[in-house]
Amino acid sequence: MDLAFFLIQLLNGLQYGLLLFLVASGLTLVFGIMGIINLVHGSFYMLGAYLAWSLAGLTGSLAAAIAVGIPLTVLFGMALEWLLIRRLYERDHLFQVLLTYGLILVFEEMRSILWGDDVHGLPVPALLNVSIPLTETLSYPVYRLFISGVCLLLAFGLYLLIQKTRLGMMIRAGASNRDMVQSLGINIKLIYTLVFAIGVALAAFAGMINAPLSSVFPNMGGQVLIICFVVVVIGGIGSVKGAMAASLMIGLADTFGQVLVPEVAGMIVYLLMAVVLVWRPAGLFGKA
Amino acid sequence: MTPARTRLFALLACALLLALFPLFGGTFYVQLIAKVMILAIFAMSLDLLIGYTGLVSFGHAAYFGLAGYALALLGPKYEAASLWWSLPAAMAVCALFALVTGLLVLRTKGIFFIMVTLAFAQMLYFVFHDTKLGGGSDGIYIYNKPELKIGDFALANLDKIEHFYYFVLILMLAVYLLLRRVLGSTFGRALVGIKVNEHRMQALGFPVFRYKLASYVLAGALGGLSGYLAAVQFGFVNPEILSWHKSGQVMMMVILGGMGTLYGPVLGAFAFVLLQETFSNQAWFGSLAKHWQLAMGGFVVLVALYLPRGLAGLIERKAQPAVEEEEKPKEKP
Repeated sequence: MDLAFFLIQLLNGLQYGLLLFLVASGLTLVFGIMGIINLVHGSFYMLGAYLAWSLAGLTGSLAAAIAVGIPLTVLFGMALEWLLIRRLYERDHLFQVLLTYGLILVFEEMRSILWGDDVHGLPVPALLNVSIPLTETLSYPVYRLFISGVCLLLAFGLYLLIQKTRLGMMIRAGASNRDMVQSLGINIKLIYTLVFAIGVALAAFAGMINAPLSSVFPNMGGQVLIICFVVVVIGGIGSVKGAMAASLMIGLADTFGQVLVPEVAGMIVYLLMAVVLVWRPAGLFGKA
Repeated sequence: MTPARTRLFALLACALLLALFPLFGGTFYVQLIAKVMILAIFAMSLDLLIGYTGLVSFGHAAYFGLAGYALALLGPKYEAASLWWSLPAAMAVCALFALVTGLLVLRTKGIFFIMVTLAFAQMLYFVFHDTKLGGGSDGIYIYNKPELKIGDFALANLDKIEHFYYFVLILMLAVYLLLRRVLGSTFGRALVGIKVNEHRMQALGFPVFRYKLASYVLAGALGGLSGYLAAVQFGFVNPEILSWHKSGQVMMMVILGGMGTLYGPVLGAFAFVLLQETFSNQAWFGSLAKHWQLAMGGFVVLVALYLPRGLAGLIERKAQPAVEEEEKPKEKP
């Protein structure tokens, strides 16, 4: 493996990891703050990808599709939280699993009815559809760098939101003691709705922005969901920092695994998880 | 009549009904009910974890699939395997997998446990999906059904659907009685105690971790039994039998039927397949029949919201409201 090839894989791994972070951070927030195990999170990723595909078909550009699609998904997330997820806060995890599993089936079939079962491609936006030459034969697409950059920006934004703003303070307080926050006169229900909607928007955005690279296909949500579970387990529940570290680990391990040992690549992330579990059962950044 | 006696009579009546069914049911329905009874064994094995030990496993399909693959890979390719060794071998493989993963997953709790069991099942899925070991995503055919012979005398010919049906029925009843026995013992009572309050059981001196591991391994082996039977019935294994949708379905059966009762999961398996057949009935639902998962998903949501104790909960509330000796499902404070 020469240097240019190594560099390409490294960048691919980082880009994949950063993308995973967008999905996994929402998952870990919903776990950590609301105490909900949300299987339907992967469906939001799928929803984003399909929205990007159909809206880009209507408007002619991915940027416009994202601009229209994100508010739609935020509204969708808020409505879902208000209608169903809200009823799960006091319930056993078992029923959270069951209800959100049922929702997966519903969304997957809705997708099939609305958009069909075909695989669709989406062109990379023309402005970003260039490559940086590395050697005479190898080059690196700018769009992937663009995705990495946007993901990093969003991750930084999320950090600022949670650690530095008043809203973030309320969110963190809500995670540690819901009743106390409520009796201080803060509308904790609204905060939960917001957190859930932020998670939905992040996952959907990841689906949108990655659609030109991954294409749009049935059951794409399930794959991402399970990998994100592994990310959350490795990183520790509720830890955004942990989600970032674990996402990058998984992204790199999976990408290099695909190249070096393609036969067992599918298992590598799970083995990594097993090792972390032996070493730290609550995850890298989890509180034991 | 005492409640225990009512229950015994109901059980005997159901067993008799199932035993007589092949006399008047057509081949299609005999096949279908055999499939349902296999799922009932699968659901009972998961109920041991969810309903009695308080371990919400979301990776139970691993055992269902693993046993099928064990039969396909360990048995001779063009001859029939003997059931006497292939069934115990398949269950032993599952028990071993449960033992190894159990040592890891039982270190975790709550949401973690759910995700980690799912992840291990998914790892197994990729083992069979990505490597050549089990024929990749195409799977493997099992050309010959296992033989059930003593010397040269064939006890049953599993190729015949009636024989297979009765074989499955006997095993389902055997699993039911075995689990009743286990749950009635000190060990079983201790498991329920662990579900309700693990720390208290620890303080009372019970080896909590070992008990949970034993329960996990037993559930894995019995899940393997059902997977073995399913592989025999369909003569075919592929990675889909390990998929997480399978784990979701069996969890649905347990809760729909009523967790924490043994007959609940059996009812759940029947109800689930009945619903599946109804929603995918073309004559009733026309072009929507293809999308039966939509109705099923909606139904799952409703069960989660409004029927936490399942069908068994409905029956017991009707039958004897006073005799509520089973623990209520644990609600988080």
